[in-house]
Amino acid sequence: MATVAAVIASTHHPFYYRASTSVGEDRPPFADEWVAKIEAFRETLTKAQPDVLVMVGSDHFHQLWLDNMPQFLVGKAPFYDANWHNEEREFGLPRMTLPGQEDLSSHILRNGLDADFDLAFSNELRIDHSITCPIITLRPQADLPIVPIYTNIFAPPLPQPKRFVALGKAIREMVESWPDDKRVAIIGTGHLSLELGGPRQFGEHGPDPDFDRKAVDWIASGDIEGCLAEVTLDSLHLPGNATHGFMDFMLMMGVAGEGVRADHVDSLDLFHTMEAYFTWYPNGVPA
Amino acid sequence: MSKYLLNKFLFTIDRDPALVERYRAEPVATVDWWEAEMANRILNCTVEEQSTWLAFTDEERAALRTQNHVALFELGAHPFLTLTLFIAMFERDHGPLEYQLAYGAAMKHLSLPYPDIAT
Repeated sequence: MATVAAVIASTHHPFYYRASTSVGEDRPPFADEWVAKIEAFRETLTKAQPDVLVMVGSDHFHQLWLDNMPQFLVGKAPFYDANWHNEEREFGLPRMTLPGQEDLSSHILRNGLDADFDLAFSNELRIDHSITCPIITLRPQADLPIVPIYTNIFAPPLPQPKRFVALGKAIREMVESWPDDKRVAIIGTGHLSLELGGPRQFGEHGPDPDFDRKAVDWIASGDIEGCLAEVTLDSLHLPGNATHGFMDFMLMMGVAGEGVRADHVDSLDLFHTMEAYFTWYPNGVPA
Repeated sequence: MSKYLLNKFLFTIDRDPALVERYRAEPVATVDWWEAEMANRILNCTVEEQSTWLAFTDEERAALRTQNHVALFELGAHPFLTLTLFIAMFERDHGPLEYQLAYGAAMKHLSLPYPDIAT
């Protein structure tokens, strides 16, 4: 059976690639601290020695569109091309091609459907920065096969927060029941408080630092019950109009498990949004 | 009212570099051409199998023709689509982050709850 080598939850900040690779006058003053935190975060994945990555993210109106919008979608393809013209244009993100782990995709689709998650699938999926940002931060050599899983945190009506948690728990079980002796890291990215295209965007901090502090505590301590007691589809409008991306963090809390403290917790208060990084080792901290 | 069609305009313009330039330079002509020729195209279907019923309201058409991002927000267009396209069109005329900050400042009079973006 497969081993869950690490569970990782992160924000996905599309500006990191440009900030970390810029030099001289173009390098922002916060870049060195940001790079140091990312390199420490990257080490938490490296030392888990993964063979395969399950990557949870959300398409930002790139391939998935309002004429045919899935709530949860699993990629099943031998390869995934990555990043889109408007991500090159706005963020300077590079184009990439990642190999797929098709047999694990099939396993998750079959067992997910049998567990009452009506998962959509895609046999030709071009993935975007919600999945490539953690590749850039955590595995920049982009050498491991992936299973991409997209959630709809973007185009209402959205699934309820509890559904994200439940899917996270199911993904954990499905990876652990995969009859292949491989080490799998489950990685998901979302947002803390975030405003895009509204009056609170691009402030000195994220739009709601109080929410961010509370959210980091929920995730770090695995407080699913406390989080679900406060977070609703309506309440997520208050911290910022793009904060529904927090539900992908809730999915990852489901993967990590109720009451399970993260082994690595870090955050960085940036303009516009707070960065946050979490790693759990379900089978013990690697040496 | 058709939030979906507003979003479809923003989405299809944004992903085509030539249309981004055309909309920046000739907003009225681009909106009128798009509504006549493109609004009813189903993106994954052939031209012969397009829709027959999609059109902007006068208010929506005016917001697009005048490139008024505040009006688009108030009409319930998806803020990510509007922001992404407008940065592509106008960030180049400003210093670093200047456009993004002005974009938000123009909406300071808006308070919660924001207009519903569900389609």
